[in-house]
Amino acid sequence: MTTAPYKIVIGLEVHVQLSTESKLFCSCETTFGAPPNTQICPVCLGLPGALPVLNRRAVELAIRTGLALHCEIAPETKWDRKNYFYPDLPKGYQISQFDQPICGPGYLDFPDPERDGESLRVRLIRAHLEEDAGKSMHDEAAGRADSRIDLNRTGTPLLEIVSEPDLRSAPAAKAFLTELRLLLTYLGVSDCNMQEGSLRADANVNLHIDKEGRTLATPIVEVKNLNSFRAVERALNYETQRQYDAWLKTGQEMGQAPKQTRGWDDAAGVTVPQREKEESSDYRYFPDPDLVPLHIAAEQLQSLGQGGGQRLEGLPAALRRELETEHGLKPYDADVIVSQGRGVVEYFQSAVSAGAVAKRVSSWIQQDVLRTLNETGGSIETFPVGAARLAELLQAIETGELDNSRGKDVFQYWLTQGVSELSVAKTALGIASVDRGELEALCRELLDENPKVVEQVREGNLKGLGSLIGAAKKKNPNADPKLVRELCQQLIEAL
Amino acid sequence: MSIEQLTALEIGRRIAAGEVSSREVTAHFLQRIEGGNARINAFVHVDPERSLQLAEDADRRLAAGELTSPLAGVPIAIKDILCEEGVPTSCGSRMLEGFAPPYTATAVQRLLDAGMVPLGKTNMDEFAMGGSTETSVYGVSRNPWDLERTPGGSSGGAAAVLAAGLAPLSIGSDTGGSVRQPAAFCGVCGLKPTYGRISRYGLVAFASSLDQVGPLAHTIEDIAACLQVLAGHDPRDSTSLAAEVPQYAAQLGRPLKGLKVGVIREHVEHAALDGAIRLAVERGQQQLAGLGAQIVEVHLPHTQYSVATYYLVAPSEASGNLSRYDGVHYGFRQVGSAGAGAASPLDAMISRSRSVGFGEEVKRRIMLGTFALSSGYYDAYYKKGQQVRRLIANDYQTAFEQVDVLLGPVTPTTAFKLGEKSSDPVQMYLCDLFTVGANLAGVPSLSIPAGLDEKGLPLAVQLQAPVLEEPRLLQVAHQMQRAGFFEQKLANDTL
Repeated sequence: MTTAPYKIVIGLEVHVQLSTESKLFCSCETTFGAPPNTQICPVCLGLPGALPVLNRRAVELAIRTGLALHCEIAPETKWDRKNYFYPDLPKGYQISQFDQPICGPGYLDFPDPERDGESLRVRLIRAHLEEDAGKSMHDEAAGRADSRIDLNRTGTPLLEIVSEPDLRSAPAAKAFLTELRLLLTYLGVSDCNMQEGSLRADANVNLHIDKEGRTLATPIVEVKNLNSFRAVERALNYETQRQYDAWLKTGQEMGQAPKQTRGWDDAAGVTVPQREKEESSDYRYFPDPDLVPLHIAAEQLQSLGQGGGQRLEGLPAALRRELETEHGLKPYDADVIVSQGRGVVEYFQSAVSAGAVAKRVSSWIQQDVLRTLNETGGSIETFPVGAARLAELLQAIETGELDNSRGKDVFQYWLTQGVSELSVAKTALGIASVDRGELEALCRELLDENPKVVEQVREGNLKGLGSLIGAAKKKNPNADPKLVRELCQQLIEAL
Repeated sequence: MSIEQLTALEIGRRIAAGEVSSREVTAHFLQRIEGGNARINAFVHVDPERSLQLAEDADRRLAAGELTSPLAGVPIAIKDILCEEGVPTSCGSRMLEGFAPPYTATAVQRLLDAGMVPLGKTNMDEFAMGGSTETSVYGVSRNPWDLERTPGGSSGGAAAVLAAGLAPLSIGSDTGGSVRQPAAFCGVCGLKPTYGRISRYGLVAFASSLDQVGPLAHTIEDIAACLQVLAGHDPRDSTSLAAEVPQYAAQLGRPLKGLKVGVIREHVEHAALDGAIRLAVERGQQQLAGLGAQIVEVHLPHTQYSVATYYLVAPSEASGNLSRYDGVHYGFRQVGSAGAGAASPLDAMISRSRSVGFGEEVKRRIMLGTFALSSGYYDAYYKKGQQVRRLIANDYQTAFEQVDVLLGPVTPTTAFKLGEKSSDPVQMYLCDLFTVGANLAGVPSLSIPAGLDEKGLPLAVQLQAPVLEEPRLLQVAHQMQRAGFFEQKLANDTL
């Protein structure tokens, strides 16, 4: 692949729905999927005379998030009205934060998807609280001009996180969002369900093109409707090519065309222009006189930051570091485990502290535990083989009490028959240690029965040893494959 | 003495003593409304059955010993701007014609809890924007003292029903003088309490940082008793004050000796001030001096900017507050083909609904506010307005460092003729000259009658006190009333 003659520049705006029980300015529930217009009250309906009252829990969650993103938390923040007309915005304005966001500048480090073990940093401009709008459903399929509005979502608390344009590739943008989602999940501030709209991303994209020794910038395009990580990557790749083609055709640079908004059409795999908002988006922000400014005391910050104003502990980046440096895992393996969420990390930590070897725990978690969870759709918290039990099994393998494959038999036995003492499982599965003499006899028997394989091995083709191991297991399931291989090789060489 | 000539407290006393039932009193006023309302058009919605039902409830609750307010069982008129569940609440606007809110304003709920009996809704300028009750969709209200004249506004109906003896008490709302000015024009007392003293929840918003519910009555004791019912913190209104509610009647009898009264020079020497009103203020000075108060001259140097400031702040907030009336969810809707400038049938519907549903004055103020908040004008208008508002508030603070209460006029003139100013909005705005300061500064302010002028029209003076000093304000006014400065008086030109 030749190097592209341009650099892609991406900034993201991420809307995170905070996991509060009630809405940002009223006590209506926020459960997803309730029948339309059943989670509403005079306040979120914007009825005449109704007034907003701030949900403190949303503020706490915003501050927790801000601290984890290394943001400066504003000692005083306020609420502003963002005015625009839309049927799913019943007040005719959205309560948001304009010039004093609750969270000021910060940053997020995340694993570089293109260089293993390296990390990238994206600076964050701000994160502010605002209320969500309702949902418009346009029933165009029915051939009627029939729109319906569901206001259940109206007033749901959102944290809008705005990044600097620090991202330089679509995979990096995806990796940033992946890390952000993981972090938010660890913080417990959002369920981050993209399908349900709990995490929504918009991207501001343009290109920096090198031309005759100078760098020029193409007009910025805001890409909306990115409702999966895959969509983010695809849309950005598409938009990069589209902007380059457009530039080749028009030569338009930033400032020569207004900022455009395009929506990602996932089915068609293209971005399409969206209706321009009212000329230059004059939202006429002004302080909401129905709400009072919010003072955030230093003590409150301390308690939310879990002591001493320190950043929150036990978050993905720190856990990865711990798994790599304290437990010697490779960055890839540490990332797989941390990405599974706090429960899996704790499972790993418990198994290791119960005496199992970290690398073996890591490999078993990745191969056996996670696969089983995937197949059964279960969660680590209710996984039948507890960390201590797994540790006991892995230690037995470590000491040679049973081999790896018999270990897997025990694991399967536990999953199907219920967890028991290791000795019980071993007895049930007929697992017993085989002495060397017995095993040697078995190997001789095998060599006699497989002269072709013996011939191959003597010619230097060791592949055939595998089939001998299989045959040995059939004759005696307790035969240690490693030992069988060793003995067979020795015996052939001695022939 | 007929019931309508009694004070609200006297009616309450008789009800409590069993001399008369709430039902009988209510029936009496309903009968007077039936006979007298047509001439003044002050009530716009009356539901006799409901009122009688509520009166019977009050009688029952009184008999059961459940009611303790001295106003239990006393009827009260409610301005058409306060929400009552299931009762038409239209703010004098076509936009809300037929709208019956599904919830009750906190202020009204407090009246109901105290066992008071709503008689109906009183007429007002559309969305409280005006000073003459001429912009209501229900037509003009007339001043009981002279049917050719305005009762003032925006709470014109609230004041007129008292002067005509159609109700013993009434509540209105005051954003720039809308309780005090009609009280002055109709010869009754009207209080605008400290901003935040009475909950705004359920008060249809005009300008949220200025709006305040206030009682109107014939005596200061009635005002104090009604304020006692209305005042207090409301968790549903973030701007409502948490300060404890004092016993307003307790301080009324205290002598004024040693009290310092400041006469506002910029008000009494204003060129637009009617001579008879200036004399009324002087008479007030003399009487207060006679009661032992010390009279000094004070300055509110930014008085000349108060109307301009008010007409930037209030319309700006109103432009946002009235955005919710878009024809989508409730209220008036006008569909039609997309006109010029409308991007879609939806925009056309919103635009037409607002063009037809709002009256001229409301549209004028929405446009004024929209302009003041627009990008490029915000600093010069809205922001400048906020800065001058601060200076005006500082004027009050400085004045109250020198004196305990302020004395001055309420209005430049007595009640003007219907139609006299309705074609000249600026002339109408200038009538607010002496009242808007209290709203901009958030201080309590009271209009009290001061006899009649040579044409037989009511005169009035205004008293103002520092934030939360309603007890002092009411004490001064009560002492003046007791000393004969004014007396309860119904207009002759009634039934």
